[in-house]
Order: sequence, then C-alpha cells, then structure tokens
Amino acid sequence: MNAYSVTALSDHIKAILEDDPELGDVWVEGEVSNCRPAASGHWYFVLKDEGATLSCVIWKSSAAALSTLPADGQRFLMHGAVSVYGPAGRYQYYVDHCEPAGLGDLHQRFEALKARLAEEGLFDAARKRPLPAYPMRIGVVTSRQAAALRDICNVLARRWPAAEVRLAPTLVQGDAAPDQIVAALAAVARAGVEVVLLARGGGSLEDLWAFNDERVARAIAACPVPVVCGVGHEIDFTIADFVADVRAPTPSAAAEMVTPDARELRLAVDDRRLRLTRSVADRVDGWRQATDRLAHRLRLVAPERAIRDHRTRIEALRARLGRAMEARLRLARADLDGRTRRLAALSPEATLRRGYAHVSRARDGRAVGTIGDVRSGDAIRVRVIDGAFDAVVTGQGRLFD
Amino acid sequence: MGKGAAAGMAGKDVAELGFEQAYRALDEAVARLESDDMTLDASLALYERGAALAERCAALLAAAELRVREVDGEGRDAGPVDLE
Repeated sequence: MNAYSVTALSDHIKAILEDDPELGDVWVEGEVSNCRPAASGHWYFVLKDEGATLSCVIWKSSAAALSTLPADGQRFLMHGAVSVYGPAGRYQYYVDHCEPAGLGDLHQRFEALKARLAEEGLFDAARKRPLPAYPMRIGVVTSRQAAALRDICNVLARRWPAAEVRLAPTLVQGDAAPDQIVAALAAVARAGVEVVLLARGGGSLEDLWAFNDERVARAIAACPVPVVCGVGHEIDFTIADFVADVRAPTPSAAAEMVTPDARELRLAVDDRRLRLTRSVADRVDGWRQATDRLAHRLRLVAPERAIRDHRTRIEALRARLGRAMEARLRLARADLDGRTRRLAALSPEATLRRGYAHVSRARDGRAVGTIGDVRSGDAIRVRVIDGAFDAVVTGQGRLFD
Repeated sequence: MGKGAAAGMAGKDVAELGFEQAYRALDEAVARLESDDMTLDASLALYERGAALAERCAALLAAAELRVREVDGEGRDAGPVDLE
C-alpha cells in the first residue's frame, strides 16, 4: 500500500481546492471576530455565522489597496479565494475585497449602477420630456393596496377630476417587483395614457430596492410617454428618480405635478369668457358709432333735410306773425279803452250831471252859446240831466255888468 | 378675414375637443377678438365660437368624479377600481 506523506496529502487537498472555479472567486458574507493586524502587515481574522467559522487572511499587499478593513463584531461582504495553509493544517480564505454588509453593500451597488447609467446618458437633462399640461388619461403604476394609490387619487380628484386614471397594479417590493413594474409600465403605455405616475410610499432602503433595479430604470427610459417618479419620502432618491422625466418627492406630489388645478382653470375660463363678451360688445359699439356717424352725414346732404329746414323756418315765421298780431290787437284794444274813457269824460251828459244845462233855440235847434244868439221873446229849449223843458227869453245882459 | 380666422371657424366640432384644444382655441379667439381687424360678421361668428369653447371648457372642468380603471397586461380596460 502507498501511504501519503502529510505534506503530500495537504498538497493534494490544496490542489483540489485551488482547481475549483467556484472557490477561486467567491463572495462570502459573515461577522468578523478575532481580528488582529499582525506585525508583518497581514490581517488575520475569522468570519463566522451561526453554524460555522472561516479562517481568513488579508495579505499586506491587498490590505494596502482596500478602503474598508474588517472590524470585530461587524458583518462584512468579502471577496477572495479558498486554499489550504499546510503548516497549520487548515483551509483559509484569502480575501482581496472587503465591504460592510447590508446597507453598505446595497449602497455600493446603487452607486455603481447610478454611475454606469449616468455614463450611458440615461439621466441627461436633454432626455427629460415636458409633461402634458392637461392630461385627460393618466397612467398609474403602483400597488393596488398601498396608501400611495389613495393619496394619488385624492389629489387627482381634487385638482383634475376631468382626467381618467388607468391603473396597472404591481408589486412594489420584493424580488418579483422589478419585472412586474416593467410589465406594468408597458401595460399603461399601451392603454394610451399621456403621462405615467410611478409611485410607492415610504419604506426602508431595502423596501425601495425595486426602484433601484436596472430593468426598471431601462423600462422608464423606454417608456413612450413621460414618467413622473414619486417613490418614498423626500429624502429618498432612487435610480428610478434619476431616470424619470420628473422626480417628485412623494406620490401625492407626483399627482400634483402632472395636473393643473381645475379651480384656477375655471377662473381662467371665466376670465376669457368675460373678455370675449366685452371685446365683441366693444366691436359692436364701434360699428354702431360708425354707422351713426354715417347716418348723420347722410342726413346733412339729404333733400328732406332742406325741405324740413324750410318748413321749420316757415313755422317760426308763422309763429312770429301770430305773436305780432296779438301784440297789435292788445295795443289797439288798450287804445280804444282809453278813448272810450276820455269820450265818456267829455260827453254833455257828464256836464249836465254836474248841474249845467244845455240851451238851444226852439226855432232852429241851434245851441245857444252867447247872449247874441237869442233875443227877448225867443222860445228856447233847456235840457237838464233828467229831461228838458221849454222857456222864453225875457231879458238879456252881460255878466257882471 | 385672416387665415387664422378661417382655421378657427372651420375647426372640429367644439363638443369633441379635449380640454387643451378647447382652451387653446378659446385663448386664440379672445386674443384675436381683442386685437385683430375683422368684419362685424366675422367678429360675431368668432364670438359665437368662443362662447361655445368656453362652455366646453367649463363642462370639462365640471366633471364630477375622477374615474379610476384598471388595465390588464395588454393595456386593455379591466374594469373600475374600488378605492373603498
């Protein structure tokens, strides 16, 4: 029988391990313990979990190139190769890359993908499309159960109820989420929407991880209509945010960004309506005034105008004539009255009334004005106020003789 | 009458316009009526069209309730969504 030497057996095992393609290039995650940098500059420690431990080495040359080095009690993700250390009789993990596990790992994958897509130009400002001002059909890609959907619909119902929402429900977290999101984006695009809201409420970085998936990023970039991404809270940035046409801090904000405010628009429409009415009224007024001016000018040159002017003048003359006649008549009547009064004053009756008598010769009826008009024996007639009597002249003489 | 006026008059039936088209056309009608030189007949016709456009806009804005409908994988209508 052929017995191996200890060294030969160790070498054999070492050869088997080193020939294995998996073990030559392997990622391992675990908690670090017994970590101690040696005086030589190499690092020795143990990675462990609940069931096993793994001896690890970081050569001085590798350690110098690493930005992160292991520390006791923390979980790390490491890369390296497995081999045998013959002198100690054990296999070891020779580490050439070390990073904090969990968050650190996700963060680095995020940064790596972000850098790659940025390099490709997927985030370029020139790729961003403007949002439609008044979308009548809005696509929503989110979970049917999530509060995000209700938030979005509340905002849309308040601001822009004229729109119709087309919902493509999808998982928004977990391993199946990225493929579902990709399919949902394609489905709403086929439904003829004018803009897409890709939304998810807040959560841990792991919860939001589907929105950092490269498939999702490429589906957003390929979407035929603009995509507004509202994922998580204001502080959360995902790859989807960077590649979307517009990034909204929350699902509600995304809904606000894609819609006009119907109340403002109602005011704007009312304003247009008012201006419409006012301007047409102004125009009609203008035409009416122009027409009036023409009509006025026409009247100035029309024959009817001259005839009416003459008629007016005649009327005026006739009125003046009437007034003049009346004035004359009034004067004549006043004159007549005066004369009548004067006539009455001069009448013999008034004299007789004062006691005077009128004497006339009986012979010829001539008035006796002087003593020469009569001789003694003449018959005379004496008139007094209430009648007359006959008398005879019996003598005569001058007054005051 | 200008080229814009002819295009505005011969436009689609107002009742079939979406909000954006109706609102833009309304804006244009107002602007033209406020500034352009046109015949009385043209301005009255433009006014009538503008009034109809304003009615259309107001009717679209008065829509009572947001409609939410689900789509299937092909983008086809899969019924209303109950938001409870």
